[in-house]
Amino acid sequence: MAAKRKKKLGLKQRYSMLTRGLDWETSYQKMDDVFPYDNYEGIYIHDWEGWEDPFRLTMDAYWKFQSEKEKKLYAVIDSFAQNNGHLGITDARYVNAIKLFLTGVSPLEYQAARGFTHVGRQFRGVGPRVACQMQALDELRHVQTQVHSMSHYNKYFDGLHSAPHMHDNVWYLSVPKSFFDDARTAGPFEFLTSISFAFEYVLTNLLFVPFMSGAAFNGDMATVTFGFSAQSDEARHMTLGLEVIKFMLEQDERNVPIVQRWMDKWFWRGTRMLSLVAMMMDYMLPKRVMSWREAWDIYFTEAGGALFKDLERYGIKPPKYADIATKEAEHISHQAWHIFYNYTHAAAFHTWVPDKEELDWLSEKYPDTFDKYYRPRLEYLDKEEKAGRRFYNDTLPMLCQVCQIPMGFTDMDDPTTISFKVSEYKDDKYHTCSNGCKDIFDHEPMKYVQAWLPVHQIYQGNCGGSEMEDVLKWYKMNLGADNLDYNGSPDQKLWDEWQAHRTKV
Amino acid sequence: MSLEIKTSIIEPRRQTYSHIAKRLGEDKPAARYQEATWDLQPTTNFHYRPTWDPQREIYDKSLTAIKMEDWYSFNDPRQLYYGAYTIARHKMMEAEENHFKFIDKTSMMDLVSGEWQQKVKEFLLPLRHFEWGANMNNCDCSDKSYGAAISQVALFAAMDRLGMAQIISRTGLVLDDSTGKSLDEAKLLWMEADMWQGVRRMTEDSFVLKDWFEMFTAQNFCMDGVVFPLFYDYFDKEGQEHGGSALSMLNEFMQDWGKDERRWMDHLLKVTAAESPENAALLSGWIKEWTDRAIEAFTPIARHVLGSKADEVMAEIRTEINKRAAKSGIEI
Repeated sequence: MAAKRKKKLGLKQRYSMLTRGLDWETSYQKMDDVFPYDNYEGIYIHDWEGWEDPFRLTMDAYWKFQSEKEKKLYAVIDSFAQNNGHLGITDARYVNAIKLFLTGVSPLEYQAARGFTHVGRQFRGVGPRVACQMQALDELRHVQTQVHSMSHYNKYFDGLHSAPHMHDNVWYLSVPKSFFDDARTAGPFEFLTSISFAFEYVLTNLLFVPFMSGAAFNGDMATVTFGFSAQSDEARHMTLGLEVIKFMLEQDERNVPIVQRWMDKWFWRGTRMLSLVAMMMDYMLPKRVMSWREAWDIYFTEAGGALFKDLERYGIKPPKYADIATKEAEHISHQAWHIFYNYTHAAAFHTWVPDKEELDWLSEKYPDTFDKYYRPRLEYLDKEEKAGRRFYNDTLPMLCQVCQIPMGFTDMDDPTTISFKVSEYKDDKYHTCSNGCKDIFDHEPMKYVQAWLPVHQIYQGNCGGSEMEDVLKWYKMNLGADNLDYNGSPDQKLWDEWQAHRTKV
Repeated sequence: MSLEIKTSIIEPRRQTYSHIAKRLGEDKPAARYQEATWDLQPTTNFHYRPTWDPQREIYDKSLTAIKMEDWYSFNDPRQLYYGAYTIARHKMMEAEENHFKFIDKTSMMDLVSGEWQQKVKEFLLPLRHFEWGANMNNCDCSDKSYGAAISQVALFAAMDRLGMAQIISRTGLVLDDSTGKSLDEAKLLWMEADMWQGVRRMTEDSFVLKDWFEMFTAQNFCMDGVVFPLFYDYFDKEGQEHGGSALSMLNEFMQDWGKDERRWMDHLLKVTAAESPENAALLSGWIKEWTDRAIEAFTPIARHVLGSKADEVMAEIRTEINKRAAKSGIEI
């Protein structure tokens, strides 16, 4: 008897048979009741079947790949802890980047997980739904592996002990938090434009790559291993981001202006949040990867330029204010660091004046601006500190109603004048830091007036009391350990002791 | 004799994160599950209301009538966080994959009687749509639920249901020599056959439930409480009499998964019911309503497969569900 010849399915066909036919047009309940949220944003979808699956992963393959990656990653995390991996970093100042990551970025991974779960249920097409669900699961992976790999640092350094509480309450963390709250409270298509496209596709190289390369350059094996391990997840997420944009643009031309406005908005909101990364790259890494300016040129101007060239055929233009953001790349890291230098007594990480060699590096990387505007100020602060007058700013800053960064950024053509814009809504005045943020406010004032602005809340007495110390305790900060200058901190003291111990024969 | 390698010990300044230590009652080393789960979800100072539902906050306890003092009081007895989850599922899937390979290599499916193969196409293959419905419901619960503990379990379950829908689909492809014809026919049955309309109606009705805890209970305790024993125990046994060993092998993933889910569900209900008589009363009402519906919906399929034994089997299944509920402190 001849053996039956068995048909072998191609990947695309197999995926399609196993996944695409699973959904159905409901008839006992109306489709609009089952999927109530996917048509109020004004996006027209005529054919959900037109969705090209960006990655054709079935669950068996997903479990296989991901479990293998997890096994390897946890082996490294375990070995890092067992061998006191924290002693191998360049300098304890580096850990402040980790503090910013765990309190500012890791909670966003959790928000992403929940956000993708939401849209993973709400789209009526099975293709986008499955892609979003897998990303939700990946994002849960990212927050959990980050919590695990940074757990070791928490055992030896300050400022990492209460990330969830701090993320919900501390003033500067409302910058990333409000960013994600904004995306999550938007409709499903805007959510994907903001997170999958603007964030994961356009800007991810400016967040993920600097942090992970920073980790590699500074001997942080735990974080860099996580970074490598997450890379293939990120590649999938980027593909999803591009697919959703093309899908919307191809379905109906009435979608084009809506998508353009979202791109403008989320590009600007993203660059504002990245000012935290900018200062991390230029100031917080003892061993620097590249300057923020260089990263911007490579990852936004060049890579982003090619991308928007590609989208031109749909009638999409590069994001509004991209030119301003490019000008800002000369200034933003210095201005952001200065804000935190002012307020580091109210922050859960340390700041410091860079040493001479580091200042020289900045002078070299920013020949047009650093010596002229920023170096003299840092040298002055250094002199003050050495004279026993480390400067801390005791007043509270006004925050931008949209991005929530203290209004310390300047007009880019006049770096000695603070930039601020005013809008009126229902007889109240609202202040924003830039035209980018003002546009966002003016388009949806009813949304942005709801913002939980930390400084307003402190003044209204909602944050633990009227004294700075009350507020910091309410933030769960350990005073004199988590906050203040790096010089004189317990982190520094211990680090110096460990180093002395290591060099003794 | 044991060898002791000398390492340099540096005393840690703390053993775990503060919020974890608070729940542990002292600063001591924590389990990976605990650090990956407890207090992960934001709880306060949300900046904006959802534009898609301005009545609620981004994370909102009032999306269910169930009230818990602490939404982290039911920890997963399986201690699943992402890493443990993917590793556990891959292990189950590896075994399943070997079954598929073995059946392919030995042409074992040919030993199943033609009559039973046809039955399988009628009862098992349309169930892939029910699994997809379970994916949607668990995804919805993961979205609306409060606290990372339950939300992550729901997300894992959602992905598992997609995985099981795909296993069932693959079974169809084994039966139809990879043409996909059996899957198209099964979808037609799901959409139009009288026997399936009760299940489809129930599934669609569950999609629009407002209370996510009710949805969670309806899907994962009541509907699954019927489906898993009915399809993977009773139907499986029936199949044995028709040379259905190949199909039994392919049921293994679902059998193991069903047991795994029971452990978590029974624990969840026990803790939730013990919290207050109000919670217990809510759960009791939901379990009664949705068990009745699930029994009713699946009875025509049971009769189609088991014939005259069906009513007795359904009664046994109901008794088992009531027993599980009673063990969790819920009177039906």
